[in-house]
Amino acid sequence: MTMPFYISPEQLMRDRADYARQGINRGRAVIVAQCAAGIIFATENHSQALHKISEIYDRIGFAAVGKYNEFEALRVAGIRYADLKGYSYDRSDVIARSLANTYAQTLGTAFTTDSKPLEVEVIIAELGATAQDDELYHLSYDGSVAQEHGYVVVGGHSEEIRKELAHTWNPDLPVADIISLLCKVLARPHDQEPETPPTPVAPEHLEAALLDRSRPRRTFRRLHLPADAAH
Amino acid sequence: MEHPSTGFPQEYLTPGSSFVDFVRAHAPATLPDAHHLTHDVPHDATPHGTTIVSLEYNGGVILAGDRRATMGSMIAHREIEKVFAADEHSTIGIAGTAGIAIELVRLFQLELEHYEKIEGAQLSLDGKANRLSTMLRSHLTMALRGLAVIPVFAGWDHTRARGRIYSYDVAGGRYEEPSFTSVGSGSVFARGALKKLWRPGMDEHTAVSIAIEALWDAADDDSATAGPDAIRKIWPIIAVVDATGFRYVTEPVVADICALIAAQRVESHRGVRILEPGRDGPGNRLPTPQDLSHPPTGENQP
Repeated sequence: MTMPFYISPEQLMRDRADYARQGINRGRAVIVAQCAAGIIFATENHSQALHKISEIYDRIGFAAVGKYNEFEALRVAGIRYADLKGYSYDRSDVIARSLANTYAQTLGTAFTTDSKPLEVEVIIAELGATAQDDELYHLSYDGSVAQEHGYVVVGGHSEEIRKELAHTWNPDLPVADIISLLCKVLARPHDQEPETPPTPVAPEHLEAALLDRSRPRRTFRRLHLPADAAH
Repeated sequence: MEHPSTGFPQEYLTPGSSFVDFVRAHAPATLPDAHHLTHDVPHDATPHGTTIVSLEYNGGVILAGDRRATMGSMIAHREIEKVFAADEHSTIGIAGTAGIAIELVRLFQLELEHYEKIEGAQLSLDGKANRLSTMLRSHLTMALRGLAVIPVFAGWDHTRARGRIYSYDVAGGRYEEPSFTSVGSGSVFARGALKKLWRPGMDEHTAVSIAIEALWDAADDDSATAGPDAIRKIWPIIAVVDATGFRYVTEPVVADICALIAAQRVESHRGVRILEPGRDGPGNRLPTPQDLSHPPTGENQP
């Protein structure tokens, strides 16, 4: 008689976490940051069609890294959740916190019970009336949620990018300057020549969007670069 | 709306870009459908929205509605809104059972927004018009029970670079209207006015004036349609959609046009004989020789 190998729960969870982390770190980083104009989302993305940043609701935005099909399903679920809630109650009753909780449950359940964890990290941002009221939620592949302030970075090289932002970030910069700053910060050195300083991300390869504090109702707008960087 | 602790139910994670289809599968009670209706709803049981007119002009489309809702012979609401933005490039106006109609508009607006968010692109104008057809068709049982809703949909077609108007029937039939249309209780009169006043190639201002004239003519002969109310400052709601998108004509502009039309109508009514109580009624005195030598003039005479 053959006995199944015993794997300790600690080992199992560690393996799953490693598996998810590897998938996530392969992708390019996404930055979500509060600024005077609103909440800005940016990532390097060579595709014009497959977005990593999206509108969820009037004042809620979504950004994700990892496996496209997995976070795309989560994005659609988020839009449905928000639209159904807004339709059943009122548009003002759709808030990021309950959405973040539902995402956390989905990610957590997949991590512990599905055959493989979801290889995604998600950021949910809600624009407040003022910068103090903004909410940023960082959701991990295992379902853990963290509320962050200022800026969040997820995906590959996120640690380095966070360090760089720590001494260059200024929320009061105009949007155009923030974009050129993010283009610089998101640039990664070539694998072949790690010593040469990286060239900033080309504006046409930057996927960026803003939850615009000055807009009524649907505040999310994609920044079409370089045209939007001019003002 | 209860979510189990495992997160999103499976319906949320399956592909699809229609909000209506999603809700119908997942939370049908939220929709304004009532297939369980077993009795007819009396006509005076719920408020009804009345007249909507829509017309094309050179560079866009106008959709306008009066502000009255009626329950039988009673006025249910004086300031009801029956003209809405469907999205940034289209507009919808509704006649019929007001409660259901406004709910249908909310759902239609959300359907378009939902599609746009999920697909990352807007539906074509024909796509939007067809979607509205489908929504009306699923509503047919209610319409036959007395809760009918008749919309008019108009918008800017980017591929053809012009405005287009669609009218509907309760079964979801969709008809593109080449120049103008009108629905609701006063539509017979409004349509007559539009027939005489509409000209191809009009500018926006003329088109707005004609929309108001048509609504006014409807209000003149249909008790369920309200004319401009200068005492309470209640004006028709008028939407414009052109290449730049949807906007409402502002209240002061509508008020000015209403005042102008009122002045014109007072002017053209001068000299019209009106019946004089005590003289023209049955059983009253016969005309005296004096009356015959001085034909009746009335106060309206200049």
